Amino acid sequence: MTFNIVDGPIDVAALAAEVLTDYDGAVCTFQGVARRFSRGREVVHLEYEAYPAMAERKMAEIGDEVCAKFGVERIAIRHRTGVLSIGEASVAIAVASPHRQEAFAACQYAIDRLKKTVPIWKKEVWSDGEQWIGWEGVEPATAM
Amino acid sequence: MIVKTRLFASFREAVGAAVVELELGPRPSVRDLLGLLRRDYPRLGRALDNAMVAVNLEYVGPEFELSEHDEVAIIPPVSGGARDL
Repeated sequence: MTFNIVDGPIDVAALAAEVLTDYDGAVCTFQGVARRFSRGREVVHLEYEAYPAMAERKMAEIGDEVCAKFGVERIAIRHRTGVLSIGEASVAIAVASPHRQEAFAACQYAIDRLKKTVPIWKKEVWSDGEQWIGWEGVEPATAM
Repeated sequence: MIVKTRLFASFREAVGAAVVELELGPRPSVRDLLGLLRRDYPRLGRALDNAMVAVNLEYVGPEFELSEHDEVAIIPPVSGGARDL
């Protein structure tokens, strides 16, 4: 049950090992990965920024929520900040449970919640510009 | 009173600082703080309307009353959009 922000690569196998016990018949992992193409543009790299203390607290709250909602007891969430190359994981979630259904459901719920409530921001950097995601249509002076 | 306010991502870049000190009257609300930010940093523009505010690591509403030493942070919409919270 760890919920943390890290500034280096995420080892998803290590995260799975953290939650797995002899009671479990399933461990479901999810990784969000930096992709090359986004809304028609080619991404050079991504940058993630977090409000670490609040992000870790919000991730722990998601963990509690997931445990209550799906009846699972073991979940870990790790999010990376800093510069990410294409193909690298920005976030990983691992849920272990005696049976697979609740592990799958809990994993999906956790990433959906994380994207809505956890204060972490993504910047796409292209060869000819950059933008903080979440800003389309608004009028930030920084959407250069 | 002086309220230290943390800025992130696009807001941090727009203002050029990760923390700003805002001088507010007695018993200020979050709404007061946002009003002052709008006035002092017009570069934030309408983006500020879609931001959320956290005090001591929890989201709060515009009427929330601030105290000295509160940790205040302006939270721009997160990657997936915080507006439908």
